[in-house]
Amino acid sequence: MNNVFVNMPILSVLIWLPILGAVIILAGDSDRDSDGSRSRWVALGVSAVELVLAIALLVAFKPHASGFQFVEIMDWLPAYGVSYHLGIDGISLFFVILTALLTPVVILASWREYRRVRTYMAAFLLMEALTIGMFESLDFLLFYIFFEGVLIPMYLIIGIWGGERRVHAALKFFLFTLAGSLPMLLALVWMWQHAGTTNMVTLAHTQIPASVQDWLFIAFLASFGVKAAVWPMHIWLPEVYGEAPLPGTVMLAAVLSKMGAYGFLRFSLPMLPEASAYFAPLMFVLGVVAVIYISLAALAQRDIKRMVAYSSAAHMGLIVVGIFTLSIVGIEGALFQMVSHGLVIAALFLCIGVLLSRGQSRMLDQLGGLAARMPVFATFLMLFVLANVGLPGTSGFIGEVLVLAGAIKINFWVALLTGTGMILSVAYMLVLTRRVLFDNARYPSNIATNDLNGREWLMLAPIAVLVLFLGIYPDALTVPFGHAVQTLVHETLASGRAVPSGRVAMVTR
Amino acid sequence: MINESGMFSLALPIVAIAASALIMLLAGILSKRDHAFAITGAAIFVFAIVGRLVFVTPTGVGFHGMLITNAFTRFADILVLLGAIGALVLSASFNQRVGIARFEYPLLVMFAVIGMLVLISADNLLSLYVGFEIQSLSLYVLAAVARDNLRSAEAGLKYFVLGALSSGLLLYGISLVYGFAGTLDFAGIARAASGATGARLGSMVGLVFVLVGLAFKVSAAPFHMWTPDVYEGSPTSVTSFFATAPKVATMALLARVLFVPFGPMLLHWQLLVEIIAALSMIVGAIGAVRQTNIKRLLGYSAVGHMGYALIGIAAGTAAGLRGTLIYIAIYVVMSLGTFGCVAAMSRKGKPVERIDDLAGMAGEDPRYALALAIFMWSMAGIPPLAGFFGKLYVFLAAIHAGLDILAVIAIATSVIAAFYYLRVIKVMYFDRGAPGFDPRSIGMNVVIYASAIGLVLFIFVPGSVTVASAQAAHVLLGSGF
Repeated sequence: MNNVFVNMPILSVLIWLPILGAVIILAGDSDRDSDGSRSRWVALGVSAVELVLAIALLVAFKPHASGFQFVEIMDWLPAYGVSYHLGIDGISLFFVILTALLTPVVILASWREYRRVRTYMAAFLLMEALTIGMFESLDFLLFYIFFEGVLIPMYLIIGIWGGERRVHAALKFFLFTLAGSLPMLLALVWMWQHAGTTNMVTLAHTQIPASVQDWLFIAFLASFGVKAAVWPMHIWLPEVYGEAPLPGTVMLAAVLSKMGAYGFLRFSLPMLPEASAYFAPLMFVLGVVAVIYISLAALAQRDIKRMVAYSSAAHMGLIVVGIFTLSIVGIEGALFQMVSHGLVIAALFLCIGVLLSRGQSRMLDQLGGLAARMPVFATFLMLFVLANVGLPGTSGFIGEVLVLAGAIKINFWVALLTGTGMILSVAYMLVLTRRVLFDNARYPSNIATNDLNGREWLMLAPIAVLVLFLGIYPDALTVPFGHAVQTLVHETLASGRAVPSGRVAMVTR
Repeated sequence: MINESGMFSLALPIVAIAASALIMLLAGILSKRDHAFAITGAAIFVFAIVGRLVFVTPTGVGFHGMLITNAFTRFADILVLLGAIGALVLSASFNQRVGIARFEYPLLVMFAVIGMLVLISADNLLSLYVGFEIQSLSLYVLAAVARDNLRSAEAGLKYFVLGALSSGLLLYGISLVYGFAGTLDFAGIARAASGATGARLGSMVGLVFVLVGLAFKVSAAPFHMWTPDVYEGSPTSVTSFFATAPKVATMALLARVLFVPFGPMLLHWQLLVEIIAALSMIVGAIGAVRQTNIKRLLGYSAVGHMGYALIGIAAGTAAGLRGTLIYIAIYVVMSLGTFGCVAAMSRKGKPVERIDDLAGMAGEDPRYALALAIFMWSMAGIPPLAGFFGKLYVFLAAIHAGLDILAVIAIATSVIAAFYYLRVIKVMYFDRGAPGFDPRSIGMNVVIYASAIGLVLFIFVPGSVTVASAQAAHVLLGSGF
């Protein structure tokens, strides 16, 4: 199998295949596809092939090799040091796979979407391509293009197929993200003219004056913070998550929010090590406030979709804390949590989608008693709820424990307050479970309560298996990204100005 | 340069257009029927031939220092011709539809293009002014070409009165420069500007007037007042011409005037250009927010775009000039495509211009909606579309030259501008409605789809435009980034 990939630009194929699929869908004859079934099958087929390729990528990936793998490099603007440069390491590998896994799942979840199916499927494929491209980019300009290009399909997805206030939500999403990412464009341009290239590997080893680093860090924070919905840059999130169509919310919460966290890991830490160390306390505060404040806000929600949305933002706070511990344990915890959160939040939103597709309400006080009438669904929901609150044996546990282990070495209070968020998450998730599954039924009896069908099994079962598998065998993740994280931490700390001596030594694996 | 008086051949493109325009004028007058369509086709053909001639024409100085050709003028010439061809293609069917299909229309466009080619190549303030007036007078008439239409007549009159004022200012500035520098020749002015303090100070006053006159023509704030009204009042075919060719020509001229004769006075005019650029971006962004007429919206949007393009000139470097040229080149394509879409907005032969008229377009005509959405996203500067690269290069120049504040203003206004571009997309994709537009002509489709495809595919070949504009920029400024 490895031999096949040696000669195949697999990373490029992962990017261009969905774009090709989108073009095929859009260019197709609309008369022969009046019910959209052809578009559905093309989209599903393309995304399934993507998934197979992504799994092949995982198999071919060498966990103990250092540096980037599957590197592809091609001249693009040679005179200005810009190239089409792709490659993955342990950090980006799992986000490529996560995206490739969730895209077919959301396409399955939208199988019953009948409005403008062609545009819909093309938009999702386009988003998959741009997202995967962003995680694979090793050129800052290329990264930026993918990073911001995602806005185009997402704007359409929210605005065309969203809820009542979809137009407002779409605009809010677009403008917030654009306002966040334009400062990054200036930072990009500054680093470009400073280093003479946009090669991210070179930039990571370029010395940047400390005074400028602070400004660049703030620019990156504006851009990645909005994308990852770090408090207080999360204010767009409740409305957008609430109004987006469910498959769109899944992609937003599971994949797009990871773009921001990934950006911190890929840019802020290695390129601005001194500023990262300097701003780490600020990031702890933002993370802790997010965990506690947004958890409390989640507790107050009456709408399950919004409640899960807030829960998602609260967990992003945990990830931010993990990243800025600048320690191997903390960053590994953050990465683990990113993958786990991607799976669990996606599954929770998909469960809500299952309810909605049966005509159920989104309001907590109109739901209830589903445990008896939909036992299989109830089992799945319970599993994902427990994974979301970090029960041992599920993937959520590993990530949270590692983050806390990293945090407690930095500051006891950071760890304690972050831990509080876990307790609060138990509170609101259990409220959700009780209301949905166990309280007396309050809905009119004419609403269907048939249990999961085959398509829904296909959506939820793989995620459930992965959540349990990662909870029991975390090495499946930590071994592949371990090497990359170690390199990242050593290089960041080696050049950091406020290195607490012994921070590295304390870390034991 | 080499044997100045012998270089008459470098006016070949200008002579070619003038000769064919005069022949076509005779043909138009003498024939019994109005052959507007055939003459438009012939004009397009002539422009295409001239596009080739531009490359054949030798480079150098001719007409005793009146005209100059080099890589820079070639770049600008090609853009002007591209804009003119696009506008003529759109006009062929649009003018018939609104009943202004007269053979004078393509001829006036040709005369305007003659003026533009002259002023792009001007190497003397006198030839500059002559070119400027040939262009302007043709444009005044074009604005009022729908003479039975009150709004068109008003637009023409307004443009004429304000344009005459700006021409007066320009001429006054030229006379001041002549008085202090003692010459009208670009190279001579440059020598005077780098020489004695007295001459430099006096030329500075003249420069301000020249700058104001040119800023008026590129519709940069605070001299933009005419733009929304003229854009709205003129027939769409005329507006599409206004939005492309004259903008290129005047922006190219502005760059040449500032960099060549007044190059030694960079420190004097840099702040001025910065202010004009900042004001244009702000006015363009804020003015467009409340517009409901798509042509007015595009008028304000043009003001904003000129602000971005001016950033490159304000940087005062070859990298900046390159950014401006790339920006203008991409802007021409975006404008042509957008106005192609606007020209196609008509019901039962009557043009409609409200943004709300586009409601439901995505359901009725997905290709049109996608194309217009591409133009709007590109104008907003969203990657991977070409408009992003235009912004990228001017930002690069601004940061390089240390114009951080200008760059920050530019990104702030980009966000505001994105708001109104998105509104057009929102109306097409999110709102319900049945536009029921008339079928589009082949010409409109060609312009719309060619521009859209060009903007999408630009990302794959950014090198060619970049290299051409870099060469053009290097002619005016020795070094580069």
